[in-house]
Amino acid sequence: MSLLEVRDLRVSFGRRRVQAVRGVDFDLDDGQRLGLIGESGSGKTVTALAVMGLLPENATVTGSVRLRGSEIVGAPEVALAQLRGAAVSMVFQEPMTALDPTMRVGRQVAEVLRLHQGEESGPARERVVSMLAEVGLADPVRIADAYPHQLSGGQRQRAILAMALINSPDLVVCDEPTTALDVTVQALVLQKLNEVLTDSGAACLFISHDLAVVSQVCDKVLVMLDGQVVETGTVAELFTNPQHPYTRGLVATARFDQTRPGQRLPTVEDFYAPDTSVGGRP
Amino acid sequence: MKRAQLITGLVLVAAVLVTAVVAVFWTPFDPLRVVAGQRLLAPGWPHVLGTDGFGIDIASRLMVGARTILLVGIISVGVAAVVGVPLGMLAGQAGGWVDEVVMRVSDVVYAFPALLLAMLLAAIYGGSTVTAMVAIGVASIPAFARVARAGALQVMASDFVLAAKSSGTSRWGVARRHVLPNIAPLIGVQASVGFAMAILAEAALSYLGLATPRPNPTWGNMLRDAQNFLFVAPLQALWPGLAIALAVLGFNLLGDGLRDYLDPRLREVP
Repeated sequence: MSLLEVRDLRVSFGRRRVQAVRGVDFDLDDGQRLGLIGESGSGKTVTALAVMGLLPENATVTGSVRLRGSEIVGAPEVALAQLRGAAVSMVFQEPMTALDPTMRVGRQVAEVLRLHQGEESGPARERVVSMLAEVGLADPVRIADAYPHQLSGGQRQRAILAMALINSPDLVVCDEPTTALDVTVQALVLQKLNEVLTDSGAACLFISHDLAVVSQVCDKVLVMLDGQVVETGTVAELFTNPQHPYTRGLVATARFDQTRPGQRLPTVEDFYAPDTSVGGRP
Repeated sequence: MKRAQLITGLVLVAAVLVTAVVAVFWTPFDPLRVVAGQRLLAPGWPHVLGTDGFGIDIASRLMVGARTILLVGIISVGVAAVVGVPLGMLAGQAGGWVDEVVMRVSDVVYAFPALLLAMLLAAIYGGSTVTAMVAIGVASIPAFARVARAGALQVMASDFVLAAKSSGTSRWGVARRHVLPNIAPLIGVQASVGFAMAILAEAALSYLGLATPRPNPTWGNMLRDAQNFLFVAPLQALWPGLAIALAVLGFNLLGDGLRDYLDPRLREVP
């Protein structure tokens, strides 16, 4: 049995039943890292939120999401709250807004610990400080006592990483965790993410629109387009032998080294023209 | 300029507070003892603001009035906040029909002025400080509920609430640890503005004889008493009127100043 089994997942929103995800299937084994790649509006984030059971109330979900055999779709809120933060956790895209501005960073990390293990404040603080050090924060004691606005984007994102990993979950869902960071900080955060994932042996569902970033973290990749998975494969397969025209376009745009100076840079549209007659795309 | 507002507000509010606290322990003269020989004295010494129609020192009565008005303000704003804020948060967090029911009931309460409610209560239980506090408190609940709901809606849409949920925080935990601390500044501003409203309402109610009964002095009933001597001793009406105006101005300036001070979007870039 896989850690995560997603079967025919369909999500639609509102009364008009706009479909954001249309029949997604995939499996994720323990310790495996799966990249989910696609452009804005392709259903990546909605898929991730469905895995967390965090979709807003106006969403209609059908199909099945099983985490260690237990069904997430339609599960009661109380049961989901016990899973979240303990068995599965999430890293968000925007480090500027994913931390509560009124709470010290250390307390926010400790909160996750307290919710699931009911630890006393003394040992909890030690765990928090050592976790902050583990994600590569140089001065963990000072950062634990700081408010979010006193930290840089990279520091905050690593604090969020610490929150997601402190209970050693089986699965970490990362929703574009480095999109809001500049390239150097991005490399640092990715490196730390790699390290802590390897250390804890947690599986990872990594969402991104950046093929280069995904290739640094993941073994396998799903390519999503208009709410459907159009291609699956290992990172190497995808780069050397992309099948779907959309994937070919993605790979071509990521390979600047194959463009000669003076030549026009390739775009996805050179390989794949979106079919405007079907689906909701303009 | 903004800073001057906040400081003026703080000074006025502090003046009311200090006066009220001092009045608990000491007033220059007994604010209740009638002295027939000193009726309607002009301001001078030892009666700084003069005496009223019963020969009682006006300054002393004003001081005790500050005590009453502060008590009414604190209790009524407290009642309104304790009931209104959780209701507003519930409406904002739960959404759907809960939101509809809470906010429509609150609209109905909002439609009744505090004055009407106080007259109703006074008719049933007789006018007293307590009926005034209850009436003003109940009438102020919707304002707090609205502010709390608006704040809760905004906080619930933020990433950190989603992040808190994703680490297993329950609805109650989100309300207590994330929504409440984030809307606290809004509630503080509303409390300050609500306090000014409460002072005005208390003065109106006691002027009409629906709040604290005589002989206990309030600014409102002092104003009413002064009315009888308006052509003989016009200054008598000035003092309580001025006290009401300055207290209301103080709490309003404090509220406005706090809003500007706490709202980062309005904060001037240094």
